[in-house]
Amino acid sequence: MKTIFSYLIFPGFLFAAIAGLLAGWVDRKVTARLQWRLGPPWHQNFTDIIKLLGKEVILPQGARFTFLLAPYLGLLSAGLVAGVLGEAVIFHSAGFAGDLIVVLYLLTIPAIALILGASSSGNPLASVGASREIKLVLAYELPFVLSAVAMVIKCDGAIQLGRLLNYQNFFGSNIASLSGFLAFLVSLLCMQAKLCLVPFDASEAEQELAGGVLIEYSGAALAVFKLTKAVLLYAIPVFIILLFLGKDTGPVFFTLKFIALLVGIILIKNTNPRLRIEQSIKFFWGPVAALAMAAVILALLGL
Amino acid sequence: MNIKQKALTKSLFAYHAATSPCNNCDIEILDLFTPRHDVERFGITLVGSVRHADVLVVTGVPNYKTKEKLKTLYEQAAKPCFVIAVGNCACGRIMFRDSYNSPCPVDEIVPVDAYIPGCPPKPEAMIAGIVKLIEKLKKAEKK
Repeated sequence: MKTIFSYLIFPGFLFAAIAGLLAGWVDRKVTARLQWRLGPPWHQNFTDIIKLLGKEVILPQGARFTFLLAPYLGLLSAGLVAGVLGEAVIFHSAGFAGDLIVVLYLLTIPAIALILGASSSGNPLASVGASREIKLVLAYELPFVLSAVAMVIKCDGAIQLGRLLNYQNFFGSNIASLSGFLAFLVSLLCMQAKLCLVPFDASEAEQELAGGVLIEYSGAALAVFKLTKAVLLYAIPVFIILLFLGKDTGPVFFTLKFIALLVGIILIKNTNPRLRIEQSIKFFWGPVAALAMAAVILALLGL
Repeated sequence: MNIKQKALTKSLFAYHAATSPCNNCDIEILDLFTPRHDVERFGITLVGSVRHADVLVVTGVPNYKTKEKLKTLYEQAAKPCFVIAVGNCACGRIMFRDSYNSPCPVDEIVPVDAYIPGCPPKPEAMIAGIVKLIEKLKKAEKK
């Protein structure tokens, strides 16, 4: 009963969805202020979701049954990630050995759900978007996992989120060390790509692909995808905080760190043009992967 | 007014359907999203796919080709979907009434919910038109 509560309500899915939708509002508001606009009210993302839930769901001709199942797959795994991470932040001893690896796997599933849904919709623009999404996943997973591995080595081989936090509580945040700082930079860029934000949003490019992977989705299915995005917008920064900034995880400091990370990625989003997909791959497999490798080696040397 | 309708009036996603306009209205529509007018304050955003749209913003006089496209677009949109005709051309074809390539006005192809005349209409006029559309939705809900 307690497990179900913690995965569905707090700190799992429901809490993550609310926090993520609010984070999405911060995104829109900061973007608007940067462009000298006023921006939407705080409840705008909630209104959007409620409206989309009330609209017609269109099943395009030739779509497979995975078209309507894929959104729920993504939401399920994103909610699970939020639950596991939240448990680890609140009770350091909660969780099981290897939950870090489980989280790394689960964080990939929303992207796979997006690819599944897009390629079963039968739309040519969506299939272009899906192929770009596949390439992007291949590109950013390598440096992201490497930066996580560097932190595992740094924390004496702890593959449990609670132990990572405990280590940082005793010896200071990982970001203070050289390897931690390099890995933090790497994972910041990977977070940008995982959240599908500019400059790595070639798969959803509004201007060239008209929504790309999401083009055929309408009504409740689109709402579920937007919710998945919101949950990820909460869960991935929390994961980064766990890995690199785990010194003080009281509510106030935690919120401050979260907002700082969020505004950071929003600033990157608003000051960069979109990269072509092969540029993103070159970027992630070239300099970023090299940085991540350097972080791993430095962590092995104990720096 | 139930919560669904209320949410709909507070978050209109607009899809811009240009049926061979002269691009004057289109530029004025984009003006709505600039700092001076900023309709994102009211939750209005431009979307790239008609499946996401709540409002079809139509500009220009439909010709034989765009007439069919407009009909398809309206059929592809998730209902409820409203149509706003922007500019004199979309409202009543004005000087293109007897033109050889203008088969019919917009409201004979799709049901138009709001007309915003002008050549081009000022952004303020468009905001007034959107407000009228929202009021119409509220009234329809009461009845």
